[in-house]
Amino acid sequence: MVNIVFFKAALGFYFLGMASFLYYLISRKDRPPRSSFALTGFGFLTHTAALAARTAEASYIPITSLHEAMSFFSWALVLAFLLIEYRYRIYILGSFVLPVTFISLISSATLPMEIKMLDPQLQSAWLGVHTILAIMGAAAFSVAFLAGLMYLIQEWFLKSKRFNNLYFKLPALDMLDNLNYRAISFGFPLLTLGIITGSIWAEYAWGTYWNWDPKQTWSLIIWLFYAAMLHGRITLGWRGRKAAYLAIIGFAGVIFTFVGVNILLQGRHAFL
Amino acid sequence: MDIILVGLSHKTAPVEVREKLSFSGEMLSEGIVRLRGYENISECLILSTCNRVEIYSIVDKSDIGIARIKDFMHSYQTDVPLESISQHLYVHKNETAVRHLFRVAASLDSMVVGEPQILGQVKDAFDTALLNKTTGAILNKLFKKSISVAKRVRTETKIAENAVSISFAAVELAKKIFSSLRDKRGMLIGAGEMGELAANYLVSSGIKEIVVSTRNYERALNLAQTYNGRAVKFEYFLEEMGRSDVVICSTGAPDYIIRAEHMHDIIHKRKNRPIFLIDISVPRNIDPAINNIDNVFLYDIDDLQAVVEANLRTRRGEAEKGEQIIEEEVETFSKWFKSLEVVPTIVALRDKVEDIRRKELERITDRLKTLSPGDRETVEGLTNTIVNKILHGPLVALKSEANSSNGLLYAETIRKIFNLEIKVAEENGEEES
Repeated sequence: MVNIVFFKAALGFYFLGMASFLYYLISRKDRPPRSSFALTGFGFLTHTAALAARTAEASYIPITSLHEAMSFFSWALVLAFLLIEYRYRIYILGSFVLPVTFISLISSATLPMEIKMLDPQLQSAWLGVHTILAIMGAAAFSVAFLAGLMYLIQEWFLKSKRFNNLYFKLPALDMLDNLNYRAISFGFPLLTLGIITGSIWAEYAWGTYWNWDPKQTWSLIIWLFYAAMLHGRITLGWRGRKAAYLAIIGFAGVIFTFVGVNILLQGRHAFL
Repeated sequence: MDIILVGLSHKTAPVEVREKLSFSGEMLSEGIVRLRGYENISECLILSTCNRVEIYSIVDKSDIGIARIKDFMHSYQTDVPLESISQHLYVHKNETAVRHLFRVAASLDSMVVGEPQILGQVKDAFDTALLNKTTGAILNKLFKKSISVAKRVRTETKIAENAVSISFAAVELAKKIFSSLRDKRGMLIGAGEMGELAANYLVSSGIKEIVVSTRNYERALNLAQTYNGRAVKFEYFLEEMGRSDVVICSTGAPDYIIRAEHMHDIIHKRKNRPIFLIDISVPRNIDPAINNIDNVFLYDIDDLQAVVEANLRTRRGEAEKGEQIIEEEVETFSKWFKSLEVVPTIVALRDKVEDIRRKELERITDRLKTLSPGDRETVEGLTNTIVNKILHGPLVALKSEANSSNGLLYAETIRKIFNLEIKVAEENGEEES
């Protein structure tokens, strides 16, 4: 099927892009090879085509299985990356984003890829709205995680006073901290709307807004976590290293909420 | 005809000797004109900086020329006898002289590899020589080349990147903590050359404001004016730190004036906004334990020196690449230089032999009149054929050896045997590509 062809092409491009950016990580040059962005760009285009083709073939928004969700997540992450690069030009960010993208997409490739008949419970206009919001939120929190990671690395260089090539490629601390903050400022409203639309849909499909389903419970947990993080930053000066650690912990929570819950716990939200 | 370099540098002579042999201003101009006037020297140039004095020249009898130049250098002072000077001098010829000049211009021979001043100094020395018309085709080409090679090395390698002074290194670090200094405030506690230099770099990097605080309030006011900033009385410096993002500390205090408990308050007051402390005083003014506090970055003078060392090492690594570029260029130049000898020799040999042929033909013009035009042509053709066949061997040999080290030897031999007079390339100042 067409969408699978495009999917595989995207996987190939992302792999090459990742290789290119990883080479940049260890090279002595200031800039990544031009191919890095070209390959990532082509990957994004073919991936977009894959999603569009799948939507057409399925006649519904294709975010109904773990395969589809992870594919869309990778796409959203690359989109975020390209937008950030356009604005901030933090080239080394690619060396962190592409591996996550590739791992996520190749994991999704190991899962069943056929387009199934849509489960009646899922037939609703809310399908697209809820899933897209939630996964874009996850992508934003992933960016915050990477920003936090990069912050800790750069801070280590500056505190220990031992430097190498990577120090020169990483941007200034305040830019990384700012990226962390902005990513969470994007992710939090997306998560909020994701939870709200999910609850409204739950009422429509199952009769109750909230049933303490593990997915809902954990979504609430990370929502509270990120809310605390934002509050702490604004009123208590939780920035820099603290914010970096929190972004990393939060991301662990995000992974558990989106993927861990499905694998380890049972619940009504079991499609995904 | 040889390219000769006689000179000394910081690598071979201490400053006491260098300063005695240096040339400057009028003395330099007069000197090169006088040197140019010597019989064996057809071109000359003097490069005199605080780290080296080097005389480049084109000389036709190298041993005599070198001795002359050494005498010349010695004659400009009376304290040091010639033998003492000689032990500090190095002499380079042709290819080694070219390589030396290229390395010097590219700052590979400087005290701090990658420093930018030397190139300007080489350009100035060249301009002075041009002004006084003491150079010719060879040194003109050589020095023009050295300038372009130096630029090539500086752009194609990283020898000129990264800070090699403590003050500049400090500001580079600041830029890895704060991506832009434009909305940041700097503070200078205590005065002193390095601190003031760092503050200068901060200002030229666009920092919003510099606040100065020294024990002497008058001094602080004066200093603050130069930065268009303000002064703060010394007793209030801790309070002011709450508003400062970059703090340079260089007082003469014998002990820590900023301690951990102060810092906790300050960082709290700043709501955890990061702060960069530069302690360039000895003994240190800032408690080193402060570096452990979150969002505080403290660098003392040893830390900064280590950054500078690391940068210098990078430069030395890049210097390797520079040496390779220079080798390429030395080879290109050497080929050109060698061809100089052979080409005019070929021309001179042809000219001389052609001259003989024509003259002999002229001498028997009358007797040729008794021959038919056809026969006359045959006779003329015969003279051409004989001449060409005889010359063929020598010319082919010269051309094929043009680029080898034998080329010059062949050319000189032929010149001597055939008693040829060579016209050296072009006049002063004219381009030769």
